[in-house]
Amino acid sequence: MVDPRLSIIDERIREVSRIVAVSSGKGGVGKSLAAATLALKLTKMGYTVGLFDLDFTSPSTHVILGIADLQPKEDRGIVPPMAHGMKYMSIIYYSGEYATPLRGADVSNVLIELLSITRWAKLDFLIIDMPPGIGDATLDLIRLVKDIEFLIVTTPSQLAFETVRKLVSLLKELKIPVIGVIENMKTHKSDTIRQQTRKLDVKFLGEIPYDARIEESIGSAHRLSKTIFAEKVGEIALRIQ
Amino acid sequence: MHEWALAEAVIAAASEIAEKEGLSEVTEVKIKVGELQQIELDILEFALSQLKSAKLENARFSIGLSKAEIKCRVCEHKWILATGNLDKVTAEAIHFVPEIAHTYIKCPKCGSPDFEVLSGRGVWLESIRGVKREDG
Ligand SMILES: Nc1ncnc2c1ncn2[C@@H]1O[C@H](COP(=O)(O)OP(=O)(O)OP(=O)(O)O)[C@@H](O)[C@H]1O
Ligand SMILES: [Mg+2]
Ligand SMILES: [Zn+2]
Repeated sequence: MVDPRLSIIDERIREVSRIVAVSSGKGGVGKSLAAATLALKLTKMGYTVGLFDLDFTSPSTHVILGIADLQPKEDRGIVPPMAHGMKYMSIIYYSGEYATPLRGADVSNVLIELLSITRWAKLDFLIIDMPPGIGDATLDLIRLVKDIEFLIVTTPSQLAFETVRKLVSLLKELKIPVIGVIENMKTHKSDTIRQQTRKLDVKFLGEIPYDARIEESIGSAHRLSKTIFAEKVGEIALRIQ
Repeated sequence: MHEWALAEAVIAAASEIAEKEGLSEVTEVKIKVGELQQIELDILEFALSQLKSAKLENARFSIGLSKAEIKCRVCEHKWILATGNLDKVTAEAIHFVPEIAHTYIKCPKCGSPDFEVLSGRGVWLESIRGVKREDG
């Protein structure tokens, strides 16, 4: 038995110029916040952007951007609706406010289903908010999405960077492009992560300070885009375009 | 119309296999459709007939159904999900993403959402038959 969905994924992303997975070996480092803000910034810069929340068991980009009451259109598949000027896709369209307890094989299946039915059409960037770690979502993207690129988020903590080191070495071994590393939640001056990143022969894209007031901006794309966080992500966006 | 998206996938997969096996013409495509996703068969058939490529022009699409058989991982209870009884919102969510079953459906014995769909998920290409290319 052949899974026919695998044969249509290429076609579904044929007109997408760049697919960027915002990823980390570690959880809670700011992937979702960075992915959502990066998508906003690229949109502001005039690019056609899609944002795809791939954290199926704990989606959060809709919370960050204050997206509610949105539903995709159906037209020979799913046409992602527009939110804040970008095409937005998340499992929340189907799971709503309820929990979605999924095992690995189920995560894979959801990923394949959504990749095979979502019509992104023409995009300059498809930004993907990844779940933490090197699990099913990471392996499936590498397997199914050719030309995928990874943007990696870490914190100043060695605990986070150690997992990033592993992720980077895996991606390099598989010859998957790594755009670079962002150091998030910086509380004091230090060059450690910058130097360690360069030792991995990966671009250091910039640092984002810890911002105790970021919580006040959660739920409003407008407020979020006025934060230092967004300013720094904007500088990073210029560097990766 | 999920059926159209899936029909497109079936045609792409069948064409790919025909190419790999050196078939000049495909005569039959066997498809298995799981009941969990509540695919509308007449729409699927219509979509297949509209989307088929030249090589599949004379192909017969035979569609078999498989029941949504589910097994609870906690208490091992097995049951067949009668999708006809689902409310509209649940049915539609599962139609688009069958794994959403884990959001809305619980084991009727123990109440757990931790179950395995043994069969009846999605659309599968079972086999294709055709005429080999002369030069192959
Ligand atoms: N620069 C920052 N300053 C202050 N708080 C931040 C910063 N970056 C992220 N946060 C906060 O840290 C928390 C985790 O962020 P986020 O959810 O984006 O991380 P994540 O890597 O996506 O987590 P997960 O691995 O669970 O998906 C959130 O509450 C977020 O608001
Ligand atoms: Mg996240
Ligand atoms: Zn049970």
